[in-house]
Amino acid sequence: MKRAAIAFALAAVTVLGILAVLISQEPATEEAPGPAGNRPEQQARGAYLARAGNCMGCHTAQGGQLYAGGRNLATPFGTFFTPNITPDSETGIGRWSAQNFWRALHDGKSRDGRPLYPAFPYTEYTKVTRDDSDAIFAYLQTLPPVSQRNLPNQISFPYSFRPLLYVWRALSVKPGVYQPQAVRSAEWNRGAYLVQGLGHCNACHATRNALGAARGAALGGGQIEGLNWYAPSLTSRMEAGSADWPIDDIVRLLATGVSPRAFASGPMAEVVRQSLQHLTDEDLRAMAAYLKSLPEGGTPAAAMGPVLTEQVRKQFEPGARIYKKHCEDCHGAAGQGAPGAYPALVGNRGVTLQPPLNAIRSVLNGGYPPSTAGNPRPYGMPPFAQTLSGEEIAMVLSYVRNAWGNRGSLVTAAQVDRSRGKGY
Amino acid sequence: MKRFLLAVLLPAQFAVGAGAASVAVPDTMAERVKPCVACHSPEGRAGRDAYYPRLAGKPEGYLFNQLRNFREGRRYYTPMALLLENLSDPYLMEIARHFAALQPPYPPPQPAATPPAELEQARRLITLGDPTRKIPACVACHGKELMGVAPYIPGLLGLPRDYINAQFGGWRIGLRRARAPDCMAEISKQLTAVEVSAAAAWLAAQPVPAGAGPASALPDKLPLRCGSVVRP
Repeated sequence: MKRAAIAFALAAVTVLGILAVLISQEPATEEAPGPAGNRPEQQARGAYLARAGNCMGCHTAQGGQLYAGGRNLATPFGTFFTPNITPDSETGIGRWSAQNFWRALHDGKSRDGRPLYPAFPYTEYTKVTRDDSDAIFAYLQTLPPVSQRNLPNQISFPYSFRPLLYVWRALSVKPGVYQPQAVRSAEWNRGAYLVQGLGHCNACHATRNALGAARGAALGGGQIEGLNWYAPSLTSRMEAGSADWPIDDIVRLLATGVSPRAFASGPMAEVVRQSLQHLTDEDLRAMAAYLKSLPEGGTPAAAMGPVLTEQVRKQFEPGARIYKKHCEDCHGAAGQGAPGAYPALVGNRGVTLQPPLNAIRSVLNGGYPPSTAGNPRPYGMPPFAQTLSGEEIAMVLSYVRNAWGNRGSLVTAAQVDRSRGKGY
Repeated sequence: MKRFLLAVLLPAQFAVGAGAASVAVPDTMAERVKPCVACHSPEGRAGRDAYYPRLAGKPEGYLFNQLRNFREGRRYYTPMALLLENLSDPYLMEIARHFAALQPPYPPPQPAATPPAELEQARRLITLGDPTRKIPACVACHGKELMGVAPYIPGLLGLPRDYINAQFGGWRIGLRRARAPDCMAEISKQLTAVEVSAAAAWLAAQPVPAGAGPASALPDKLPLRCGSVVRP
């Protein structure tokens, strides 16, 4: 019934969408190719830009050949399998031209003109310049061709009906290269270009609507579809906003995965390892300058914890005992942590975040920050899924979220158990 | 107004906590492998049950291969994959070396409750193989003492019977894989369930000789090609 309703709604939207397409001419997408320039220099630049876009991250299956695709991306609409982008002529993009590649990146259309599913973040990549697109393409063409057929996506109806994408595009996509803001510095503009474009930060750090399009304020945070992680807001001081951070701390977090104020974990650890740690200090500084400048996007006060009555404090006692037994050795009696090794829990927004999903996952699965050039041998957190019950994890997290001046909502065993056994 | 007050007050409160001396962290591998030993024990002995195997004293190349297999999805166990997903090869090698160097005593052998005829058949399979079915003897690769060969081939003694059984099950159904050619997967698919169970019982019933460890050199020729064994 629900599905029928969705199908009906989509059919109605289709008609509107077609009208929308007819009325609004899509903006011209042709942009003159950049000067041919020096080929090896262009390829090297492309290799760097491919890192900045973390193309390899999605276009490589776990343990698979680099850039040969096959990684599955779970979404509420079904499972996508990323395609092979090595220059193999049968199974990869060996027959593509720089123009085809540009159209995919900028316009979200495949070589044959079919619209691409936005699991490929062309909604962000559209901001990339033609020159950078050509460089990335030139680099990809230098990769060893891998013969590996693309796996068919497993998308559920009605989303599997590709023409619906025209509607989606009309509603959600605004193709257009990043336009520098004259009132801002070159550094700020470079940072904005990287964050909004290749970095595609908004692909995770935003809330998505029922049709999977980012909605609400850019970088305003949201649960990552299909991943069971919450990507915190990069604009809110209650989440991962960096307005009051020194630039050096932001750069350190992006370059090494650890910083005095936060550690990268989960999908962000992967982004740091595969992408950000390879960027130049100059580019990371530019991204930091842009991120720091983002206007405060308020978070609802719902993130606040319970009123700390005597009775509530008493409820924290078992959690405090669990903390003493399992957590205190590394995180310290006052939640102070150890710089670079074990994050402080006092004042740690990752701990008090609403929803408490990331804190729950960290306790259940443990984890290491990424091995990076700046932190090659990270210290790690043991998994507790095997040793603590949902009730115990809920108690220790409720305590930590309200100890030492921290304030966060209470965690329930049901919330913990919902995250059990969820891999990625 | 209330929210404004809180915003002002919170940093001050945190500052109190931040004033506490930070935790002293030893710059050692033992400290760095704390996430591993939560299940595998600090000495790298078998953990709470047979399915968290002993790591101590296993050859470093073998341990390194297994860490990579978990990270890259050839061995399938989500908790291991999640822990290792963002660690580099050199760091995994260091972790492997750490556990390879540990030497806690082995547990006493597990008496076998298997019928003697089946155990005898298992002993023959382990020491002589079955040439008619082209099944090599375990000792042909895992060393005459069955204590493995450094750096890639693990020992077979001192392991719980359930663990050995579970690995054969894993090879058969593809939950445990290695780089191709995957010799143990080939062998596992040729063995019957009775043979696997008897071999596991026989191996678990053998005492580990005092001071035993992996042999230092491979035999001239291995009976099967194994992707996990790299000749120098």
